[in-house]
Amino acid sequence: MTESKVLSLNALSKRFGSVVANDAVSLDLHRGEVLALLGENGAGKTTLMNMLFGHYMPDGGSIDVASPKGEMQPLTLGHPQAALSAGIGMVHQHFTLAENLSALNNITLGSEPLFALRRDRAGARAKVQGVMDRTGLVAPLDTPVGKLSVGERQRVEILKALYRDARILVLDEPTAVLTPQEADTLFENIGAMTGDGLAVIFISHKLREVLAFSHRIAVLRHGTKVGEIATSDADERVIARMMVGEDTPVTQRDAMTPGAPVLTLSGISVRNPSARDSLTDVNLTVQAHEILGIAGVSGNGQSALASVISGLRRPDSGSIQVDGDEILHPDPKTMIKAGVGRIPEDRHHDGIVGAMSVAENMIIERLDDPEVQTNGLLNRSAMAANADRLSQAYDVRGPGINARARLLSGGNIQKLILARVFEQGARLILANQPIRGLDMGAAAEVSRRLLEARAGGAGVLLISEDLDEILGLADRIMVIHDGQLTEVTSRNREDIGLKMAGEHT
Amino acid sequence: MIRIEPRTAPGRWMTLGVPVLSAVIALALAAIPLALAGADITVAYGEMVKGVFGSVFAFSEMLTRATPLMFTGLAAALAFRAKLWNIGAEGQLYLGAMAAVAIGAGAVDIPGIFLVPLIVILGAAAGAAGMAVPALLKTRFGADEVVTTLLLNFIILIFVQMMLEGALKDPMSLGWPQSAPVLDQGMLPQLMPRMRVHSGLILALVLAGIAQFMLARSVWGFRLRAVGENAAAARHAGIGVNRSLFGVAILSGGLAGLAGVSEVAGLKGYLTADLSPGFGYTGIVVAMLAGLSPVGVVISALFIASVFVGADSMSRAIGVSSYLADLVVSMSLLCVLIGGFVARYRITRTKTAEGVA
Repeated sequence: MTESKVLSLNALSKRFGSVVANDAVSLDLHRGEVLALLGENGAGKTTLMNMLFGHYMPDGGSIDVASPKGEMQPLTLGHPQAALSAGIGMVHQHFTLAENLSALNNITLGSEPLFALRRDRAGARAKVQGVMDRTGLVAPLDTPVGKLSVGERQRVEILKALYRDARILVLDEPTAVLTPQEADTLFENIGAMTGDGLAVIFISHKLREVLAFSHRIAVLRHGTKVGEIATSDADERVIARMMVGEDTPVTQRDAMTPGAPVLTLSGISVRNPSARDSLTDVNLTVQAHEILGIAGVSGNGQSALASVISGLRRPDSGSIQVDGDEILHPDPKTMIKAGVGRIPEDRHHDGIVGAMSVAENMIIERLDDPEVQTNGLLNRSAMAANADRLSQAYDVRGPGINARARLLSGGNIQKLILARVFEQGARLILANQPIRGLDMGAAAEVSRRLLEARAGGAGVLLISEDLDEILGLADRIMVIHDGQLTEVTSRNREDIGLKMAGEHT
Repeated sequence: MIRIEPRTAPGRWMTLGVPVLSAVIALALAAIPLALAGADITVAYGEMVKGVFGSVFAFSEMLTRATPLMFTGLAAALAFRAKLWNIGAEGQLYLGAMAAVAIGAGAVDIPGIFLVPLIVILGAAAGAAGMAVPALLKTRFGADEVVTTLLLNFIILIFVQMMLEGALKDPMSLGWPQSAPVLDQGMLPQLMPRMRVHSGLILALVLAGIAQFMLARSVWGFRLRAVGENAAAARHAGIGVNRSLFGVAILSGGLAGLAGVSEVAGLKGYLTADLSPGFGYTGIVVAMLAGLSPVGVVISALFIASVFVGADSMSRAIGVSSYLADLVVSMSLLCVLIGGFVARYRITRTKTAEGVA
């Protein structure tokens, strides 16, 4: 089945300023094949796919696509329309659907002539139905997309590509927004589609699903292809080593007896116009020497929960206790003073002031501290000494402590924030997606520091969409769904996944 | 193919060089309208230079003109640093000027050593009050300060006209809408005999120095920069964003008010409704040209005042319109804005990728 080539990328290169995003990457794809494109964030996966789809103009290289008859023909670069008509379909991580239109209209949108006198609705419906029957991708065609679940929306996106006779389908991190069960269904559908001759490239950094569902794995690192391997010859350690170039350190978690409660939320509710950002009667306790993991699919109230604990959002009802003391008027400053260290979800947006220096960002949460200021004037030598010490201790690498913080890489920005949080001896650490988007080295460092804080007597509230991260770090697990928290005692992926999908078992 | 790419880090020479180069280019471009107006270009530029550096008097006139621009420039620079867009310096200037004549034109008759500071403080307070209103509307209700401060300018100017026809009108003015003069002991001391340049200039220079130092070295300046550069992160880090914004609003309004005080109590002696030929608005240009740096404001105010005074003098000497000065100032702003773009990005030529149809 896999002899006939349908796509070949030949030495594609792309650079942005001085950053080389892709350096002569070549890749072949065959009929009926599922190719997993793996790599850490910033490895160049998305750039490569954007060149394939015509969004970016490559600086060098070429692309050949098989015509319906099977002859390889060069693709016009830099034109999405050319990619579409060559049979390349792409499903982005963030969907591009019109929420007020029905699924069927979304699928046919854009492939109808603009000034046609009548629309062949019956014909369109029959064609979509045909695709659904062949692939098993089922979506309610007449429901407005706004009312569909995330998994259904994704199926609509895929159907849209297939309706346009895509022979090559690119899926950009398709499972990032899905529950484990939804993800499994998706991969079954992909299996059916490839049996039909469709070739699929899927971008991911979840090793488990890559190993389970792909035929071949290509790994990108720092913009170059570092390896390609048949999935049957691969295991997690092999791929991980290809991705980071070294063995991944295993996090060592010692058993510990939890101590006194450091954070207690009782009956916390947050009402927001958007249901995705509300909380209903949330109760939780984090004890000293304990990591409480909050698992859940994104957009189920995690942001609201983090905002409440950060002090950014006052709950509409309920009470917050930190280290036994009730916080009556929560705001960021009060929470910091009470001993809450916060690692924000969006580190660029909430974590650092990019235009200010590394040294300044390291003291931004303790401007009242007499070590940092005397009579309202900054103590610059103390700031520099502090920054030198923290950069050493937390391995923050960059152009120096006086350079703008935005010049640091994502991993080093996170280490800067870690340094800031851990140096204040926080009683509770709120870690909201602390590992997302980090390379494996930085991710391991974050995990190590969180465990170290736990050993030191702090409590950690870990919010993550990555179940592996939660299972690896958390002592106890709660699932957030639709703004409500439920405790899970099982550490079984399937049990937790069902709760994440809102099933009550 | 030509493409535009962001620069990773603009160098130091860029931040200094771009404004200077922009000013030079704008001055050079002024040759075009000058030539169109039929002037001999070398003579025209010669007259311009003479108008500023030709005599001690010419130079002192330039300093006099630069003084209010330093105050309004500082007002804009500080507020803009916090991304608080105070477009209302013109109105706040008039509030300061009104306060100066209200207290200084005979309401109290006390020695100058008390009266001068009183006028200065009340004038600044009046300007600050004028900016406190939009700041409150912004922090409480989210009203866009660009709109509120801009519109307040017109309201305040009409209020000034009303007061000059009413409560503040000088009964000795033979019907002209102008205020009674500030008492002699209330006037800001002159700096040089027989010259108009006054101690408002010293006050502006000192305040610019303090502002520069406080921005870089104080916790207050740290908070202000953090709020301006990334309000979300500042809030997350426990900085009172609204409090910082309100504080800088008060300062900005106060500085603009001082521009009015310095014009009335340093130069004119009384208030009329045409006290300011747009110093409040020009202050925005001064601040932008200075890259929002307080010390830079001093330099750019001197430059813009030179252009105005030089062009005035040139227009008297060779008979071209003095509106040319406005043209040069506008062109320098445009050049700075373009220059800012050039400093942030670079234009590169690359060979076209293969395979393009």
